[in-house]
Amino acid sequence: MIRYIIRRVLISIPLLVAASFLCFGLTTMMGDPLGEWKLQRPRTPAEVQAAEQRAGMDKPFLERYGDWAVNFVQGDWKTTVGPGHGTVDVKDKVLRASWVSARLVLGAEFIALVIGVAIGVIGAVRQYSMFDYTATGFAFVMFSMPLFCLALMIKTVGIEFNDFLQANGFDRWLRTAGPPNGGFHGSFVDQVYQYSGAFILPTICLVMIQFAVYSRFQRASMLDVMNADYVRTAQAKGLSQARVIFRHAFRNALIPIATVFALNFGTTISGAIITETVFGWQGMGQLLVSAVNDREPYMVLGFLMVTGVFIIFANLMADIMYAFLDPRIRLD
Amino acid sequence: MTEFLAPAVDPGGAAPSGRDVSQFDSTEARKQWQVVLRRFLRHRLAVFGMALFVFLILVAFAGGRFWTHDYKSLDFPRYSPPSGDHPFGTDGLGADMVSQVIRGLRFSLQIAIIVALVSTAVGVVLGAIAGYKRGWTDAIISRFIDLVLVIPGLVIVVVLARSSFSNVAGKSGSNWAIVAMYLSLVFWLTIARVVRGMVLSLREKEFVEAARAMGGSTMRIVFKHILPNTVDVIIVNATLSVALAVLTEAAISFIGLGVRPPDTSLGLLINQNRNELNLHPWLFFIPFAFIVMVSLAINFMGDGLRDALDPRQRRVRA
Repeated sequence: MIRYIIRRVLISIPLLVAASFLCFGLTTMMGDPLGEWKLQRPRTPAEVQAAEQRAGMDKPFLERYGDWAVNFVQGDWKTTVGPGHGTVDVKDKVLRASWVSARLVLGAEFIALVIGVAIGVIGAVRQYSMFDYTATGFAFVMFSMPLFCLALMIKTVGIEFNDFLQANGFDRWLRTAGPPNGGFHGSFVDQVYQYSGAFILPTICLVMIQFAVYSRFQRASMLDVMNADYVRTAQAKGLSQARVIFRHAFRNALIPIATVFALNFGTTISGAIITETVFGWQGMGQLLVSAVNDREPYMVLGFLMVTGVFIIFANLMADIMYAFLDPRIRLD
Repeated sequence: MTEFLAPAVDPGGAAPSGRDVSQFDSTEARKQWQVVLRRFLRHRLAVFGMALFVFLILVAFAGGRFWTHDYKSLDFPRYSPPSGDHPFGTDGLGADMVSQVIRGLRFSLQIAIIVALVSTAVGVVLGAIAGYKRGWTDAIISRFIDLVLVIPGLVIVVVLARSSFSNVAGKSGSNWAIVAMYLSLVFWLTIARVVRGMVLSLREKEFVEAARAMGGSTMRIVFKHILPNTVDVIIVNATLSVALAVLTEAAISFIGLGVRPPDTSLGLLINQNRNELNLHPWLFFIPFAFIVMVSLAINFMGDGLRDALDPRQRRVRA
């Protein structure tokens, strides 16, 4: 098992290096960060040269990549380069934004997983019941739902709810424009109140979309297991239905969902980008959209690298978890 | 039920001699596609999905001919709610929403269908090459796919959205085609991966060995013997990727990094009307309903196709 884990970890290192190269290539395809500055008014060659030197655009591609990679590993992620964008430190900004996003995404993902697994298992155990049809239908609609529309609708409902609270003499509880700037303060109850107000709406959005995926996968894998011979054996032995379902079937039905959970992080990140745009969170999504609009190569690179590391790590966890849960695949 | 007998029965040869086989004539041998078609038609939701999808395609590509209001005309009263003259109302500029939605739907479907076709073609060819050749070719293609999948597809498309290439093309007025191209660039990866996996196992089968022993060329073996056996998976994947492409395109257009005016799409229509949800809800809900209809119709259709093409995946006998 240890050897298997070490081998998986070692394989992901060259993948990470190659991914950094790909990301760098992608950001150079984004276009000239000085393009708009050059168009604002005629620039003298000396001005252009100075700006290019400042942005590090005067060197050939490979040299720039090497320069960036060496600095990146040492913890210097460079700054914004566009004239007029100031010199914002990329590392600082990306790490802060990823903390904002991570708080939102991890919680939502966990809730979606629990709800999805529960609904999937009940749907499989009571196959073709009213509950099963309703849950499948709802998951289907959520599957086909554009996330940004859902987010906009939930936001509107949230504002109406706030109006309702205010009309009845309460504070406006739900926040529809990002978490409070100054953080959460006051007594513990106050903090819980502020925290839930800020998180509840975007979390509902992400949960609604993600739970559909999990419940469908869980239902399929639970059905698979329920039809397996060893479950019939357990039933034939005369075990109670609850014991068969939870001790024999459910545990094995969780194996595929563990991988799906880890491999689904890419979708989650895309979902977070949309949700943050709608709810005005200063997280990774906003960072990416504004950096792309400003054509800030190092800012986009910072985003891509953090995302890439996160997803490679998630894939690694999926492999290890799979080997841990299902001893058969360690034999490869 | 009758169809379970059908594919195996060869009315001439298989019947025992000396028996009158005419009584079996009612179960005439069916071709595989006939069996698939029958199974598909019995799946009511799938048929409904297909009918809805065909209807939406007709609306998108022929609807403009029957709807007399011009999408460019801004002469109508602003913000008028749905009425007889404007069934979907008008927007803040005084444009008729029916013609806007028809046009948006056309661009959205056009993009999605091109993405499905291009990414399927590229994915199938590269996946088949990787799976059949193995060795270095496979290593390069598969590692490349693994590598690109490290970054979420939406992010890749968003980063490319501001490339100088999209700007040049945007000025020449075919921005939607560039968006379709970027999406295809991301979508072929999964299809290639699936096809590679299937080819990898099919190439070891006896019938491929037989074809090779008879001197069939690589091209012939791959395209005549192996790929026909993956057609079911390819069709289902291509169908579902249309829905995914509609949703992804709408999402990036909503962020403002996808389709740009003068082109339009359902996502862009919603982006333009995102602040109208409270006061003029029809401007939001009508394009939204069309997006959901497209992707629901395709998802129903894809599910039905999957069941019809591969009955082994179903637990219940169809």
